[in-house]
Amino acid sequence: MAMDRSYLEYSQRSYGMDHDRYDWSMLSDRKPVTWPDGKTLALWVNVNLQFYPLNQQGKPFKVPGGMTMPYPDLRHFSLRDYGNRVGLFRILGALDRFGVKPTLTVNSRLLERTPYLAGLIRERGDEVLGHGSHMDALHYGGQDREQEHQEIASSLESLRQATAQDVKGWLSPVRSESENTPDLLAANGIEYFCDWVNDDMPYEFRTANGSLTAMPLPLEIEDRFVIMNNLHSEVSWAEQVLDSADLLEAEAARQGGRILSLNIHPWLLGQPHRIKHLEGVLENLSARPGVWCASADEIRQCWLSQQA
Amino acid sequence: MKEDPGFYDYWPYRDRPKITWPGGARLAFWVAPNIEFYELNPPDNPHRKPWPQANPAVTGYSIRDFGNRVGHVRQMEVLDRYNIRGSISLSTALCDHHPEIIEMCKERNWEFFSHGIYNTRYTYGLSSEQEKAIIRDGMESIYKHTGQKCAGYLAPALSHSEETIDLFAEVGTELFGDEGGIYTCDLFHDDQPTPIHTRSGKRFVSIPYSLEMNDTIAYVVQKIEPRRYGQQLKDCFDRLYEEGATSGTVMCIPTHNYQVSCAHRLKAFEEALEYITGHSDVWVTTGREIAEYYRDNYYDEAVQHIEQRGAA
Repeated sequence: MAMDRSYLEYSQRSYGMDHDRYDWSMLSDRKPVTWPDGKTLALWVNVNLQFYPLNQQGKPFKVPGGMTMPYPDLRHFSLRDYGNRVGLFRILGALDRFGVKPTLTVNSRLLERTPYLAGLIRERGDEVLGHGSHMDALHYGGQDREQEHQEIASSLESLRQATAQDVKGWLSPVRSESENTPDLLAANGIEYFCDWVNDDMPYEFRTANGSLTAMPLPLEIEDRFVIMNNLHSEVSWAEQVLDSADLLEAEAARQGGRILSLNIHPWLLGQPHRIKHLEGVLENLSARPGVWCASADEIRQCWLSQQA
Repeated sequence: MKEDPGFYDYWPYRDRPKITWPGGARLAFWVAPNIEFYELNPPDNPHRKPWPQANPAVTGYSIRDFGNRVGHVRQMEVLDRYNIRGSISLSTALCDHHPEIIEMCKERNWEFFSHGIYNTRYTYGLSSEQEKAIIRDGMESIYKHTGQKCAGYLAPALSHSEETIDLFAEVGTELFGDEGGIYTCDLFHDDQPTPIHTRSGKRFVSIPYSLEMNDTIAYVVQKIEPRRYGQQLKDCFDRLYEEGATSGTVMCIPTHNYQVSCAHRLKAFEEALEYITGHSDVWVTTGREIAEYYRDNYYDEAVQHIEQRGAA
């Protein structure tokens, strides 16, 4: 018994990362960043507007949160649709009440199906990020490059038309990527994306078509991760968010501005038994004097302006 | 394949010879931060897939990178606050990739022990010579970069062969005599150190690594809430501290800088450390120090007692 000799070879074993997408850099070594008006914690609430098709193909895997039962899985289809019909309005109401500006991550297919939501977004003017066509349109390792390019281009074209925005930001469905995704995003006018969860601050991410800004949108504090994956209560989600805010504010006092970014789903937190816990979080955070409510790109522009 | 790995004999917890830790302490407490490097494009191993999906495993890879970019310093600052020296379970390639982290830990006189080269290279399907080469590489890397004679081993990603512990003990002796390769963290059969049989007959011990207190077990396997994890740590301590009055016990908190240091989790860990270190008669120490103290003061008595028990 033995492995091939290559199993004991380590071609990338040298200083820095084992790839060339970004530089190795410890957060504590970086130049401190300041936010407008002396604020210390930028609050970015990212609301996901998603479409989970009933005829899910599940290629190359069934998207978490998608259909799980034999066709037609009416249960999951309609529970997800609930978010766009009902939950979204509870969430927008809560955000507006506490003066917290949302950033919206939107599947293009959803707006093709619901002109009403497209109109609402145009009217509100909230910043929109691309999120692929729908939740079953996954990027994945080994995906055909040309096919992926077409999918990104057509979904962005549709979303830009529906929202009348440039759409410069991106979040891949469940953050799944192929080896080409960042290159293709940059080739299609995307300037920042939020798939990688390796930092609590923005950083420069290299692609074959120029750099993207990698924006921090932690996965493990998402409502979906905490409530659906970990099966924690909504009470605990709120507690974890506020613990996070406390730590980041304390760190900001010593090391410069920090970002609390919350990725949330109307089909989950928009349920009647959960909404008050989101409201409690927003009430708490919006009352903190050091909190700056901003969209993803506002935070990014402020950060970029301080990178020499 | 064997029915039992044969590393230790059955030895009931009650009525053992009494252990007293230095200064009359009844509990030896250590924190073992795993500082790991996972490869973005690791080679395939037919026995275990490094990532659940085709490369790139964006979230799996990047959260582990978060641990090194962001989490390490956060955790280190908390350990500094409570005067705890970490005993690092190290992916030894990290010495090459991220020497800044190694330097910070050296400055604090933390212990480095081997956790393999990368946490994406497994101890499966290897020849004996190949496994030995990997173990030797890890121990030599630690010596080269830190000057420490590696005392302990936690196999990479808890992947083992039947020979892992024997090979580690033997390579330790070849490189460093009795100063290297003296303890394992891979066995979870006890709350006290125990003698381990190795084929070289070396005086070799198992040090409790408290796997159930591991943040990854808590957060990824059990998926528990941060505050409940903090409470489990306190409850574990309370019990072992109480029992330590009869005979000294060991508690470890094995951590990962990509779990415990996430902004929503660090507070629970810090509160537990404050609670534990606020007690008297707790020996706050390292894996190596526990192993050496036990080997030098209790090993022979334990071996004798186990033999008598077996004969009775």
